[in-house]
Formats: sequence, C-alpha cells, structure tokens
Amino acid sequence: MKLWQVTKLIRSKNSGPFELTFDVIFRDRATYEKVRDAKTINQQWFAKTYRLAPEVVSIINYDAASAIKITIPRPVISGDINDTDVFGGQQYGPLVDLDVLYLKAE
Amino acid sequence: MNEIRILSATGMLGSGFREETLRRAMALKPDFIGVDSGSTDPGPHYLGSSDTHFSDSAYKRDLRLMLIAARAANIPAIVGSACTAGNDDQLARLVGIAREDKLKFKLAVIHSEQDKDYLKKKLREGRIKPLANAPRLDEAVIDRSAHIVGMCGIEPYIEALQNGAEVIIAGRSSDTSIFAAMPVMRGFNPATVWHAAKILECGAACVVLRKYPDCMFATVTNDSFVVEPPNPDYRCDPVSIASHNLYENSTPYELIEPSGVLNTFAAKYEAVSDRAVKVSGSTFRPAERYTVKLEGAELAGYQSIIVGSVRDPIILRQLDSWLEGMNKAIGDRILAVFGADVAAKYQYEVRVFGKNATMGPLESETAVGHEVGLLFQVTAPTQELATAIMKSVGHMAVHYPVPEWTGLITSIAFPYSPAEIARGPSYRFNLNHVVEPASPLEMFRIEYGNV
Repeated sequence: MKLWQVTKLIRSKNSGPFELTFDVIFRDRATYEKVRDAKTINQQWFAKTYRLAPEVVSIINYDAASAIKITIPRPVISGDINDTDVFGGQQYGPLVDLDVLYLKAE
Repeated sequence: MNEIRILSATGMLGSGFREETLRRAMALKPDFIGVDSGSTDPGPHYLGSSDTHFSDSAYKRDLRLMLIAARAANIPAIVGSACTAGNDDQLARLVGIAREDKLKFKLAVIHSEQDKDYLKKKLREGRIKPLANAPRLDEAVIDRSAHIVGMCGIEPYIEALQNGAEVIIAGRSSDTSIFAAMPVMRGFNPATVWHAAKILECGAACVVLRKYPDCMFATVTNDSFVVEPPNPDYRCDPVSIASHNLYENSTPYELIEPSGVLNTFAAKYEAVSDRAVKVSGSTFRPAERYTVKLEGAELAGYQSIIVGSVRDPIILRQLDSWLEGMNKAIGDRILAVFGADVAAKYQYEVRVFGKNATMGPLESETAVGHEVGLLFQVTAPTQELATAIMKSVGHMAVHYPVPEWTGLITSIAFPYSPAEIARGPSYRFNLNHVVEPASPLEMFRIEYGNV
C-alpha cells in the first residue's frame, strides 16, 4: 500500500511566511495508529527525502484528527525572489507514494 | 447572559458566502458578525505594494451584505486585516468601501501600520525579539521597509466596543482576535473563546467537505462551544473540527496570541447531532509578557522573466551541462554589455519545470520527461535594467548550442513575442519578530467617526 491509499488528505501549506507544514490525515483511527507506531514518517526519512538536516524536522502525532503533522523551516521566505511555491501548497509530493507495506494485509 | 452567539461571515472577506446562508445565520440571532479580510498566504506583494488580493467589487459585495445584516439586527460587525495585509492604504480602501452604502453607524478604525521611529526605539531598547527562522534585523531593515504592520490582539477591539463602536474595521490583526474580543470582553472563559475563534476564523473551512466559501456559526458558553454550519448542505463532525487545528499552524496543540497561548491538548470533540460538534477542555495560559507580532515587506528589486520550453531529446539528455554552459555564456555577455559593476546589481536564475521548479532545494527526484519548461528570471534595481539584461539573456539562450548539432540551432520555444515579460517590483517579507509594547493599545491608534 501507498500512503495516499490510506489517507483522506495529504497537504502542505505555509505556516506563516517562514515555515512549511505538512498534514497527513488518515481515513481511520486504526490505520493511523499503525503508521504512527511504526514510525514510518520519521525525522530521518523526511530529512533524507527533502534534503534537510534531521534536527530541523518537527513531527507531531495528532490523535484527535488521526493525523501526523510535519513542520520544517522554509528554504526560502515565501514570495522572495527565488521562492518556488508562494503558498507552499505543492511540497507534499514525496509523501503521496510513500510505501506502507505492512498495511498490505488489511 | 450565559452564552454568546458568533457568526463568521466567511474565511476571507471577498471570497464570498451565500446570501441564503447569511439569512439563515441571522435568524439564529448572533451577538455579532466577524470576518477576517487578510492573509500572508499570497506573499509579500500585498503588504509591500498595498495592492489587494481581491477586487474592490468582491470586497464590496461581501462587506455590504454583512453591514446591512448587522445594522438591521443592531449588532456589531467586526472586520480584521483589511484588504489582505492591513496596512494603512488597504485600511483606508476598505473604510471607503464601508462608507459607500449610506448606512448609519458608529465606526471605529484600528490602525496597525507601525511608525518606524517607534520601532527603532523599541529595537534599541531590546524590546523587539526574533521568532523562529527570523531574518536579521537592524535599523536599516526598518528604514528600507515599504510597510510594517503589527498584528493586533483583542484589546484594541475591546476598547472600540466599549466606546460604542457598531462597526470596527481593523488593519492587521490576529485572525482569532476578531472573534475572541467581544466574548472575552463579556467575561467568557478565554480558553473556550480562543478555541472557538480559531475554528471560526476560516469560515466554513472546518466542515467535512467545503465545496465553496460560506458562513460558520458557534454558540459559546463558559466551558464549551457548539459549532454548527448555518448552510444545511454542510456538516461538521468531531474529526473535521479537530482537523482544523492543523491548518496553517506548526502544531495543532498550541495557538500563540499576543496575550497568551491556547492549548488544545486536552480538548474533547463530541458530536451533538449529525452536523454539530461540541468542543470543551482546552486551556489558556496568559503570557508573562504581552507581545505583538510584526510583518514587514521591502522592495527586493524589479523583475523581468522569460517563459520557454525545450523538446529536443539531444538537449534534454544533457540538460544540466547545457544549462551550465548557457548560464556561463549569459554571465559573460551581461558583463560585456553592461560593464563590470553590473555584477553586484543583478540576480539571474533559470528554473526547470519538469525537474525541480516546484520544490527547488527540497527536491530529490532528478529525472526529466519528454519536455521541460524553462523560466528565466532577472532581478535588478530598476525595471529598465532588468528588461535590458533579459533581452541579452533571451538571445543568448535561444541559440545556445549542443555539440551533436552543427550550424545555428534554435533551442528554446518561446510562447510570446516579445519573449521577455516585465514583472514590476518584487517584494520580500523581512520581519519575523515580536515587539513588547508598554501596553496592548500602544501600537494601535483607534479613530472614531459617524457614518
């Protein structure tokens, strides 16, 4: 299984002009708990995928919405002359096809 | 009074709401109508230039309906972050629109634009502190800013309400303060109020499936609030309401306001029907020191751009080295035309759509497909220089060779004539700091008038 198949929303967005935040919101609580407890979305994986130092990656589990939130500093301030995505809305691509193979049997 | 009813007109003034929904919501007898009119989402252009995210027509349509409804019910209407960034130009624009309809009301206008001498004094006193990932701040940054605004809390709104304001239009404001001011003034538990305000500030964004922007409604008591969409086609459930805390916030558990921090860690979300949700259990910790967040924008330069594309497989197979050679040739040509001292004045880059134009330095995929788009960009201190440089860039780029072909090639498809497009001034957000004012009102001048 891929992450998009078990989520109802994967998105990215500015959290102010100096940070980017990613939300992975799962379809159901049980699947969320499996992915949360397997720590598939972890600092090392995210940092490698986004070419960052692990210590700048913040990951928060949010049980109330069966969601995992990732926040990083923006590489470029929103709208500055070398920014690529003013709203930060198209930065979640690498999360979409993340393998969650242990969910295959479900 | 043991409850207060709050109507949020929409998530952002100018984005719209249904008239029928507003009518239904007014029948629920709200104690006031609030709406946010701002955002930093669309970037620094709006704060820097005073341009607005929506048209005057779009602001007028929403504001007019809201003011007519509020006056008819004799309840306050509160608008924050006027016309995108809430600087004084944008505030004046929205106040002008509010005056057009010949309604009668007592108006309060809250100014958020900051005086540069005041900020420099605060900086010298050590009363301006950086937030995470903040750019460097000194007096020169303040001097070269086009506009700097402070994000007001609930206190200026409360001051205006206590002075009898029936309509309040504010410059830059925390989104939630628009909705939290009146309930806190009336003595409701700040924890309940701030959490309700966070849900309301985006209008119908907290419903299960938002098909179009619309109104939202909450009934707040001391220990809990119930949120229920006034549009019968919409519904909320506990997950949709809890999920809203994730939106545009680095943590779903904390919301930092000038006067304290809302903590939702222990919040409970319960369905009270198939479309209404009751929320309770959050806490609010008052800040040890009151702080006002600053937003500033400065001119980064004037830009000229060229959009083009490449389809030749020979070029695509060696895209990186072709671009590297091209960029070097372009740099040399610019020096030859404009002289050695141009080097410090301009910035040039080319972005490759189909490779990493979306994620830039965050991208780890390297493959390209059967074509790529190219975006050439020059930034310079004047539009004339940016355009002049780009004319040389375009000509060098369009004929830049590859070793496999002999003779002159035309290697880039340009969709436009002329290829270069003037983008005008480009701004940069230059502050991520907070001020410690002597009082919550110190930075926000309030003007009163009868309309």
